[in-house]
Amino acid sequence: MTSTTTLKETPLAACHRELGAKMVDFAGWNMPVQYKSIIAEHMATRQKAGIFDVSHMGEFIVQGPQAFDFIQHVIANDLNKLEAGDCALYSQLCYEDGGTVDDLIVYKRKAENDFLLVVNASNIEKDWAWLQKNKGAYDCTLTDISDKTSLIALQGPNAETILAKIAGDSIKQIPFFGYGRATVDGVAFSFGRTGYTGEDGFEIFVPNEKAAWLWGRLLQDGAEYGVEACGLGARDTLRLEAGLPLYGHELDADISPIESGLGWSVKPEKGDFIGQKPLAEQKAGQVQRKMVCLKGEGKAAPRQGYAVFDGDKQVGVVTSGAPGVYVGYPIAFALVDKASAKVGTELAIAIRDNKVKAQVVSRPWYKASKK
Amino acid sequence: MLSHPDGLKYVKSHEYVRVEGDVAVIGITAFAADQLGDVTFVELPKVGANFKNEQKFGVIESVKSVSDLFMPLSGEVIAVNEELNSEPELVNADCYNKGWMLKVKMADAKELDSAMDAEQYKKFIAE
Repeated sequence: MTSTTTLKETPLAACHRELGAKMVDFAGWNMPVQYKSIIAEHMATRQKAGIFDVSHMGEFIVQGPQAFDFIQHVIANDLNKLEAGDCALYSQLCYEDGGTVDDLIVYKRKAENDFLLVVNASNIEKDWAWLQKNKGAYDCTLTDISDKTSLIALQGPNAETILAKIAGDSIKQIPFFGYGRATVDGVAFSFGRTGYTGEDGFEIFVPNEKAAWLWGRLLQDGAEYGVEACGLGARDTLRLEAGLPLYGHELDADISPIESGLGWSVKPEKGDFIGQKPLAEQKAGQVQRKMVCLKGEGKAAPRQGYAVFDGDKQVGVVTSGAPGVYVGYPIAFALVDKASAKVGTELAIAIRDNKVKAQVVSRPWYKASKK
Repeated sequence: MLSHPDGLKYVKSHEYVRVEGDVAVIGITAFAADQLGDVTFVELPKVGANFKNEQKFGVIESVKSVSDLFMPLSGEVIAVNEELNSEPELVNADCYNKGWMLKVKMADAKELDSAMDAEQYKKFIAE
């Protein structure tokens, strides 16, 4: 057995052990991969509700007169989309060549020039160094609050009902990608109406010392609405089925957001930012590779690194793959030559000794039905 | 608690053997099934295939992982559990009975002398 003494733990580690979670090393954190079953947790989130400890994620605050200008300089999306306060934007940090440093959510809070960046746990140090390196003369301050802040995601069709029961009906007014605040039992917390599962839901920021209280309330008040504690295993299968990218798979230093099919979130026309030129060229059509969604035949699941063929020719590689737990067939993201990327194209994935048929399908595999 | 019944033989690659005359019933242990999590696919050989001890005989997939299956002894496959095609979750629910994988005509029953009994296996997985 490997020693866990050097792994970091979130303030909810004791809660996870109490629930019998299987803990694994994820990006240096001792995190729950599952409690009872990935499939049961996946289905609970699709059909009722799931809660996820994602406190390992990074949170940076950017404040000051040029906070807006600085963020606009480092992200690929257009921060002007956040006209009103209290809303969020999905974006990426890119290198000069258009490759991806990380993807993130930028929250604009009530005050002008007051932003919260939420970044991937595995990239906290890299992102921090990248932001510091590029801050230059921008008049703003960066504060890393990752170690003080816990983050709990409440996801699923019953998420709104559960949070309203705890925090009041006013939370129902918060739109998708909106940001809100509540005070319950004297505890102040904030939340974005965001998530990483393809379901409606909230990602709730709470001070570390109140994380266990909130986790307990969500489990207790959510019980009548079928809430289940869910681990990183279900988080990964849920995000994949919903067609959401994961850094290190669909985005990387050598995979740009355009290649990854995220062109809707890349705005070269907004003006100068890091990576603007190559991303503008790529968005105008100068890409060789495209991220596609594959629907596999049979039962064997494609996995990261498996080769993808168009006839006898290898045209790409799987970046993420799994059994589609809710949709009921194997699914995979694959980065393939542009010529083989059209929806409807019949490709094949090398799974061990077999070439298994897989069709390019439209993104995503799963979309929640509107209420 | 995970069950590792007496009367079975266990090997380090986490397969078990239940001897029935000159036939060995083979599957994976409760410990292995628990480690894998939800089993989603089991790839088994054809009846009539011959394997040597410790040779790879199949593949088991869970939601998150892909693992090889290894022979705990030598012999000829005389039956495979076809039900695992449609219900791979039987491996999680009942690995020693409905979740069995192969029935093998043993080439040399003495090979099992070096396998572990339940007590030894429990110690092995606790290490």
